[in-house]
Amino acid sequence: MLNYFNPSNTLKVINKLQKFIFALFIAVLILGLFEALVLSPEDYKQSDSVRIMYVHVPAAWISLGIFSVISILSFGILIFKNKNFILISKSLAPSGFVFNIIALVTGSIWGKPTWGTWWAWDARITSMLLLAVFYLMFMLSWKIFEDEKKSIKLSSYIAIFGLINVPIIKFSVDWWSTLHQPSSVNVFKETTIHSTMLMPLGIMTAAFALFSILIFLMKYHTELLKIKNKGLDRL
Amino acid sequence: MISEILNMNGYGLYVWSSFMFTLLSFGTLYFVTKIQLNKELRNFESKFKNLDIEKAEIAKKQEIYRGILSSTSTSKI
Repeated sequence: MLNYFNPSNTLKVINKLQKFIFALFIAVLILGLFEALVLSPEDYKQSDSVRIMYVHVPAAWISLGIFSVISILSFGILIFKNKNFILISKSLAPSGFVFNIIALVTGSIWGKPTWGTWWAWDARITSMLLLAVFYLMFMLSWKIFEDEKKSIKLSSYIAIFGLINVPIIKFSVDWWSTLHQPSSVNVFKETTIHSTMLMPLGIMTAAFALFSILIFLMKYHTELLKIKNKGLDRL
Repeated sequence: MISEILNMNGYGLYVWSSFMFTLLSFGTLYFVTKIQLNKELRNFESKFKNLDIEKAEIAKKQEIYRGILSSTSTSKI
């Protein structure tokens, strides 16, 4: 099964997929922006400021999702010593970090008209900031050591340790009294958001997911080339 | 209509700055990643060109190098 992750096979897929995903991303993004900025209704309480949700929420979801994948892969790296898992984790981290920053900045901008402040040290915001620190430490761990084995171990431990923060982010609004409202979109409970808002939220989430896949493919391609460039030196 | 969209009931500054920041972040990440990828591709091409014939033949036989070369401008395969 691990043969599916063989770099030779993956490179063929990457080359074919990259352009297709870029075109699809642009199309879905344009549709999502039109839905979010023009077609979707304003909120009865928050008025038009609710539109910030269409960039803030997908960015937060995807940064959490990417970190969870990196953490699970890190278990695989430590247990199976699979080198391709290392490449995948390294390639996922930059887009996850950027989505995390987008969630923090747009959340801060949304906070001003809604709560009257740019920043508050509430549980959700603080745990999201902590996630950005984990992302940063993960990416820096590849630059600190010359010895690759040390970098692999350190980055894996950071990702696994950071996994503890993921359920804290998710349930912080339920466990503590925070400025954030409880989640409106639920898998197991009733979704309390109206379909006219759920639709643009879904489209924007799809656009963001496509963008993260695109960046992942480009970074993965770059990481493979770095290895093969070293291989050419050894020929 | 356009001024309504721009004004957003007085929240235009917040809404537009959020969307602008997001799109700017996307653009920056895309171009930085693209530059890094192109740099590695150019590096690969120049190294491959400088290989002697024997080594180039060995490399061409490996599937991974064939895959990379097929995506470069100097592909001879």
